[in-house]
Amino acid sequence: MPFDLKELSKEKDLFAPGHRACAGCGPAIVMRQIMAVAGKDTVVGFATGCMEVVSTIFPYTAWRVPYIHVAFENAAAVISGVEAAYKALKRKGKINKKINFIAIAGDGGTYDIGIQALSGALERGHNFLYVCYDNQAYMNTGIQRSGATPLGAHTTTSPAGDVIPGKVQWRKDLTEIVAAHGIPYAAQASPSHWNDLMEKVKKALETEGPAFINVLAPCPVGWYFSPERTIKIAKLAVDTLFWPLYEVENGKHRITYKPRKPKPVEEWLKEQGRFRHLFQEKNRWIIEEFQRQVNERWERLLRLEEASL
Amino acid sequence: MKEGWKELPIGAIIKEAGSSIKFETGDWRTRKPVLNKEKCINCLFCWVFCPDSSIIVENGEMKGFLYSHCKGCGICAEECPVKAIEMVKEEV
Ligand code: SF4
Ligand code: SF4
Repeated sequence: MPFDLKELSKEKDLFAPGHRACAGCGPAIVMRQIMAVAGKDTVVGFATGCMEVVSTIFPYTAWRVPYIHVAFENAAAVISGVEAAYKALKRKGKINKKINFIAIAGDGGTYDIGIQALSGALERGHNFLYVCYDNQAYMNTGIQRSGATPLGAHTTTSPAGDVIPGKVQWRKDLTEIVAAHGIPYAAQASPSHWNDLMEKVKKALETEGPAFINVLAPCPVGWYFSPERTIKIAKLAVDTLFWPLYEVENGKHRITYKPRKPKPVEEWLKEQGRFRHLFQEKNRWIIEEFQRQVNERWERLLRLEEASL
Repeated sequence: MKEGWKELPIGAIIKEAGSSIKFETGDWRTRKPVLNKEKCINCLFCWVFCPDSSIIVENGEMKGFLYSHCKGCGICAEECPVKAIEMVKEEV
């Protein structure tokens, strides 16, 4: 059943206006789409990062649900504690209703700084959802490269010039790293495909035990594009197979959307200023290498899906 | 915020949910969205894609924009399937 926007829009937005995200911010769209499904009986634990900074500038908060921020590295540990406290209260009969526990962090707080806390919480088996909004660099501190930054991207710590052509390493495949923990549910989503994203959030929240969703979240500031293009660029990432939409449920891979005619990855790259230098003659090989890696990963995913049937 | 530091809750606790709405971001805008009601089919794609919770919907009907907070990104105009939203230069 597709989600009905008419119904969803009747509820008050749980991520209020007045937050200080830049115009056209992809992560802010992701927050709204997640919260529209999660609903008000939700506790959110946050890592340091753009969405934390812009949503809770003292004395204001954009959150209309209980929200807790501690540090960059421990969103998963914090939500583990909250969930454990909830279980204890439930055991004592002091609380009864179902509450969703969601930890949210960016790629910096997930791929890099928070991976240890995340891995621990997954292994301990807390009943929670972890959402990574992946904008592919440390944006709130000024666009530094992260483990999620793709090959060839210009950032302030992988500056494209005569010495290096942007980031020289490929990115981590975090969704697969998380899935390798053997948790009941892991998925990848994009706000351009909002219904797919919402279905994944719903499934994840219904899952008993840890669930994880990695959401691509374009950032006009750090990717260097005009703010109205955010959703178009998210969609191109899916249509070029750079960001496959899929889920891993109890170890079984399923691709939730297969573009009928995948586009060359160049079409996604050329929309973004951070890849502009790749179109110079001397850097062309990086685009080819990029395409090769995208193909390789897509084929691997197809094999994993086939093996799951 | 009128209280001095002595009245503030300790531990950076914010007691009022969604208080950010008191902070108006509408003056960030350089372009503003304008709705053509005749064309609109109420698909609400603008609502689902707005980063600033600034599309006003009542009973499933698109009513316009929360200009006090809309930052003028233009995503709604870009994503509207029937081109019912136009971005115009903001007058100061
Ligand atoms: S820097 Fe990017 S991710 Fe951060 S608030 Fe601005 S648009 Fe959003
Ligand atoms: S996207 Fe366009 S047609 Fe759909 S509700 Fe918004 S203005 Fe109306």
